[in-house]
Amino acid sequence: MTALADISAQETAARPDDPHLADAELKPAFFDWLCRMGDNTLILGHRLSEWCGHGPVLEEDIALANTALDLIGHTQMWLGLAAEVEDKGRSADDLAFLRDAMKFRNAKLVELPNGDMALTLMREFLFDAWHFEMLTALAKSGSPRVAEIAAKALKEVSYHLERTSDLIVRLGDGTEESHHRMQDALDRLWPYTGELFTADAVDEAMAKVGIAPVLADLQAAWERNVNEVLDEATLRKPETRFDVHQGGKQGRHTEHLGYILAEMQFLQRAYPGASW
Amino acid sequence: MSKKEWPLWEIFIRGQHGLNHRHVGSLHAPDAEMAINNARDVYTRRKEGVSIWAVKSTDITASAPSEKGPLFDPAESKVYRHPTFFDIPDEVGHM
Amino acid sequence: MYAQMVKSEGMKSLEDMSPEERAFQERIDRGEKIEPKEWMPEGYRKTLIRQIGQHAHSEIVGQLPEGNWITRAPTLERKAILLAKVQDEAGHGLYLYSAAETLGVSRDELMEKLHSGAMKYSSIFNYPTLTWADMGAVGWLVDGAAIMNQVPLQRTSYGPYSRAMIRICKEESFHQRQGYAIMMKMAQGTPEQKEMAQDALNRFWYPALMMFGPSDKDSVHSAQSMAWKIKMNTNDELRQKFVDETVPQAEYLGLTVPDETLKWNDERGHYDFAQPDWEEFFEVLKGNGPCNRERLEARRNAWEQGAWFRDGLTAYAEKSAARRAAALAAE
Repeated sequence: MTALADISAQETAARPDDPHLADAELKPAFFDWLCRMGDNTLILGHRLSEWCGHGPVLEEDIALANTALDLIGHTQMWLGLAAEVEDKGRSADDLAFLRDAMKFRNAKLVELPNGDMALTLMREFLFDAWHFEMLTALAKSGSPRVAEIAAKALKEVSYHLERTSDLIVRLGDGTEESHHRMQDALDRLWPYTGELFTADAVDEAMAKVGIAPVLADLQAAWERNVNEVLDEATLRKPETRFDVHQGGKQGRHTEHLGYILAEMQFLQRAYPGASW
Repeated sequence: MSKKEWPLWEIFIRGQHGLNHRHVGSLHAPDAEMAINNARDVYTRRKEGVSIWAVKSTDITASAPSEKGPLFDPAESKVYRHPTFFDIPDEVGHM
Repeated sequence: MYAQMVKSEGMKSLEDMSPEERAFQERIDRGEKIEPKEWMPEGYRKTLIRQIGQHAHSEIVGQLPEGNWITRAPTLERKAILLAKVQDEAGHGLYLYSAAETLGVSRDELMEKLHSGAMKYSSIFNYPTLTWADMGAVGWLVDGAAIMNQVPLQRTSYGPYSRAMIRICKEESFHQRQGYAIMMKMAQGTPEQKEMAQDALNRFWYPALMMFGPSDKDSVHSAQSMAWKIKMNTNDELRQKFVDETVPQAEYLGLTVPDETLKWNDERGHYDFAQPDWEEFFEVLKGNGPCNRERLEARRNAWEQGAWFRDGLTAYAEKSAARRAAALAAE
């Protein structure tokens, strides 16, 4: 695996100084927040990878795998930085494969089961639209290391959002069946989206030091974008509350996450300390 | 069972430093816009700076034998797609 | 390899051929490529559709045994690599279906034949992947065996098939190496990992040998296919080459090939080895392998449950084309 080692050695050498990494007071919140970023991409990437080999058409099978690959790549960066900030000798892999559900910090939205393609695409779209705004803001983060990761991820996420927006429009305004499926998916997922914009002490601490944006500030742009796509897709925005299901980023998850982890972490748990 | 089959498209790509569009292969898509999106995923693995043409296969008039198809490199960031990413000891021989 | 027991149409001698057939054969003998719209014997076309179609089916069914482990890959890097590899297989299927389509058959027709059982895919994908070491064994042995066949097929006489093979071979080399890299980790790992690695080799060795198909040195089908250059070597030649290359690789890993009769033959300059159980091979082809039912069901489900998705996108494309036409007419 020399090639990758070489690359990461080069990257380490070129890394900008970031005083936030040495800020002991900030550490717990910074670590927690980085896990939120990394766990969102890890769990959504995991869900999308479940489609590989089972997609509705070869072209879509390939496209979903590309998105999943991007998200796994982002996970390596976010959790890698989280491990560095924590400074306890853990690696990104340790964080991904050896934490239990209560330590996972992803929003509930991304851990929901795939369901059909309608649910999968709608879940991804609602997340992509947030992810895009978040990364756009983070690319200008006061933390150079965070800004660096965000800038890299943003290129890929811009495409994710473009792709899912297009598919939402087409399937919403496709056949009667595809329209119903998309509407059902939207109705079902809507109550999970508010979590993405609801700040807690961790988010506030990050915003205060200028690492991350104020979450509520992302909402207007997100809504504008989502409304536009839903309108064109002839879908009706639900009138129900959008912030019913929360707690994921504080470690209180749905029942689904435990099953994901049981599967994902099986080898690392069954053979502790083995190298793969 | 699907009633209608998605038409077949021929995909032509001009890379960042390429002069001309070159044929890279075919794929299925319901319309031209989606053919281009699918081509990004299937044939460029979303490398930046490429220009894509999609032409319906049935719209192509072909003469006799054509040129040899070009090869495309996968995206640079996915280093593990390159065989040399995997260190195989010399003793093992060619792989 | 990914196309097994492909029936070819009967073989004719040059004298018995029509002038067209003779000219065609002579072009092939000169090493020229045949392109889609050119004249070709019906037998050539049909045999190629069967062969390329079977190969394409093998790629997409072949996603399943490995796809099985994507969600259980032990590190983020292994997960990404495996996902990229299985994704490549979908891509290879796509390239091959496209090549078959130039012969006048549509991808959906080929899919339907796969789902109805009218067309086959490689026997190897009816074996289960039971441990993580199987990801190593499949990459190393299964992709290794496939490459034996695919490298010479880059020179096949049919242009689109040859071009698909060139692209596939380029990507395939990373597959075999990633498999071997997993095997190295396992073979040099903990006692449990080594046990898994040996077990994977034990289970995949003979199925990998079966991939080349039974001996065809006396088969008329093979003779015709070889004359047409859509088959480049006999099954026995490729199997021998595979064994000769693989045995030292197993030795390097410190693993034992599950064949007590395996021995280097100085006189022949090759390994002597035991044939796989051909009864088992024919049973697997007939549908009685360990995973035939699961594999086909997974493919059928993906296709049937995806119908609304494909139809929805078709409907939108039609609507938006109509809207554009209407807007144009109104101008």
